[in-house]
Amino acid sequence: MEYSLLIIVAPFVLFLVLGLLGMKMKPSVAGIIGTLGMALCAVLAYTVAFQYFFQTGRVGETWAAVVPFNFEWLRFTDNLHIDLGILLDPISVMMLVVITTVSLMVHIYSLSYMKGETGFQRYYALLSLFSFSMLGLVIATNIFQMYIFWELVGVSSYSLIGFYYTKPSAVSASKKAFIVTRFADLGFLVGILILSYYTKTFDFGLLTADHAQLVTTSFAGGTFLGLSIATWALALIFMGGAGKSAMFPLHIWLPDAMEGPTPVSALIHAATMVVAGVFLVARLFPVYFFAAPEVLEMIAYIGAFTALFAALIAITQTDIKRVLAFSTISQIAYMMVALGVSEYGGHDGLGYMASMFHLFTHAFFKALLFLGAGSVIHAVHSNEMDQMGNLRKYMPITHITFAIACLAIAGIPPFSGFFSKDEILAAAFHHHPVIFWTLWIVAGLTAFYMFRLFYRIFWNTAPKSPKGDLATAQSADFKSPLHGAEHHTPHESPLAMTLPLIVLAIFSVFSGLIPFADFISSDFAPFHTHIDWLVAGLSIGVALVGIGIATVLYAKSSDKPAELARQMGGLYKAALHKFYLDEVWMWFTQTVIFRYICEPIKWFDRHIIDGSMNGLAWITQKTSSSIKGLQSGQVQFYAWVFIFGSLLIAALVLFL
Amino acid sequence: MFFIGIFGFIVRKNMIAILISLELILNAVEINFAVFNRYLYPEHMDGMFFTLFGIAITAAETAVALAIIINAYRSIGNIDVNNMNKMKL
Repeated sequence: MEYSLLIIVAPFVLFLVLGLLGMKMKPSVAGIIGTLGMALCAVLAYTVAFQYFFQTGRVGETWAAVVPFNFEWLRFTDNLHIDLGILLDPISVMMLVVITTVSLMVHIYSLSYMKGETGFQRYYALLSLFSFSMLGLVIATNIFQMYIFWELVGVSSYSLIGFYYTKPSAVSASKKAFIVTRFADLGFLVGILILSYYTKTFDFGLLTADHAQLVTTSFAGGTFLGLSIATWALALIFMGGAGKSAMFPLHIWLPDAMEGPTPVSALIHAATMVVAGVFLVARLFPVYFFAAPEVLEMIAYIGAFTALFAALIAITQTDIKRVLAFSTISQIAYMMVALGVSEYGGHDGLGYMASMFHLFTHAFFKALLFLGAGSVIHAVHSNEMDQMGNLRKYMPITHITFAIACLAIAGIPPFSGFFSKDEILAAAFHHHPVIFWTLWIVAGLTAFYMFRLFYRIFWNTAPKSPKGDLATAQSADFKSPLHGAEHHTPHESPLAMTLPLIVLAIFSVFSGLIPFADFISSDFAPFHTHIDWLVAGLSIGVALVGIGIATVLYAKSSDKPAELARQMGGLYKAALHKFYLDEVWMWFTQTVIFRYICEPIKWFDRHIIDGSMNGLAWITQKTSSSIKGLQSGQVQFYAWVFIFGSLLIAALVLFL
Repeated sequence: MFFIGIFGFIVRKNMIAILISLELILNAVEINFAVFNRYLYPEHMDGMFFTLFGIAITAAETAVALAIIINAYRSIGNIDVNNMNKMKL
């Protein structure tokens, strides 16, 4: 399967071609080249998936890890070296399929959505760069290669969030995303270094082999501040994952990242990049489970808390992309919880499978939701719910696909979200009741806020004020004047936008029917799942209640929501302001970090470092100015000094 | 004679005088070569040859120095070394 190398080479070549030559092409040519290249990748990825799952991957009863390509890149010591290679195992092959599918859909969608934007070629070049880095991340054979691509993903995410770089809020959002994830990646790097220092390897295969024996033995006994060093290393690695996957309290960058173009949000901040953290934990799952189960426990609780927290905020937001952003945080937290509650092997590893399953289905329905939202934004030129309403007549395809996605995320059978969410709930049910009930509440909240969104966009009543007035224009998605200035009634989007919606809707409906446990499990051995009807019933019930409440409150225009918001008072206000987490971080960085860490360091730099350097310069200058009179240019004076000196030396030699 | 030359080299400001002092120094050295050769190694002639070389070099050096002094006089009007404080005019 050497041709799998092409899957990551192709987007890289595309990036170079579009990045270097794109400005010489017509925008549409660049777009089509990018899309065709991505289509090639998708075809290759599907071929790899087919060949892996149905021909070569299965060895006896388990799935084997295939390494079709690997070369040594940097060698540090006899044992420790960084390789670059391709590792194909069930989860990486699944990720290849997810990434190339969503990426292809986004490429097609963007042909229409981004039409007429300045920097259209740059946009496609960056999309290719992102696809390259993300594919490189999932097929990494070792943790360091993963880290390299991890950073590349961060960079391309940064430049795509800041795509509208003339808009200050986009610039600050991209900086925020970059700094927050970079801060988390520092933990990741330190974790990698600690791990490799003890185990002498970066390789995933060696790290996870034989119940992560290498890790458990090589770390034997070392402790630091009361916790074992293995725990520290793995917790730090998880910190990197938490940053990328927007886990509390490092989630603050994701809502702001919605400043980027909507298809980018669909690709990067919903379907692929943000699940990198989940993928990382899944990749190292045996290490976590055998070497540091307490970290997994921590992951489960952080995940459960984040899921609840983000769902509460999502209820109050009025910007449709922000609702989806918080919903993404909440759903990724679900996956994290599933990993956290999972055990190793067979049916006990249900959580692991469920997490990957949810990752798979979530990628499709969340990408669909974002692209649908993009279609709506394209029609009404606004992100605000207040500007929308009653769009179902104008945009039938968007309406139906969006409804499918909402049903999928709410977990209504037979849509895909039901199956994956049900597995997660079942896994949590067997682990700990607190986590289970938290997730259960979140499932209800998810259904509620998704249908609130749905009703307010497509049902309810149209806004009173005419579209395109000053207030609308300011809150509108930052489109070029070509789009923003027009006044017209909403209309269905062109085919290039509706086609991806339809394809993704098909995926959202049917991807849940895949017998995932046959393909993906924590110990690579297939097992059988069955629906636990108690859990399933509970989750369907709460989802229906959520949808019901949303229907009562939002299907028709009424005063009830505002009334309810007044009654909730403080809670509503806190959630609307995202529980003031941004302010807390602001205070933390401004007051604690800037004042108590940066200021003393600044003082040290100004006075001690600069001082000593300036002192040296001052001494040199003073000395030279005091002796420069000797250099008079009078050869006779030199001769006099020379003679005197030689006589003196002669005298010293003679008399001492 | 050597020290007379050095004294002259240091205290005189006139370039001709400095040149003459320099000649004195060189001649003192050459006389030393000749005399010590004569008294220490009468069977060898190395010192004498060295002296002859020295005289030749002295002559050449004097020619060059006089050319420089004449040029300096043409451009600045005198030959006092204290006025020779510019690399070019």
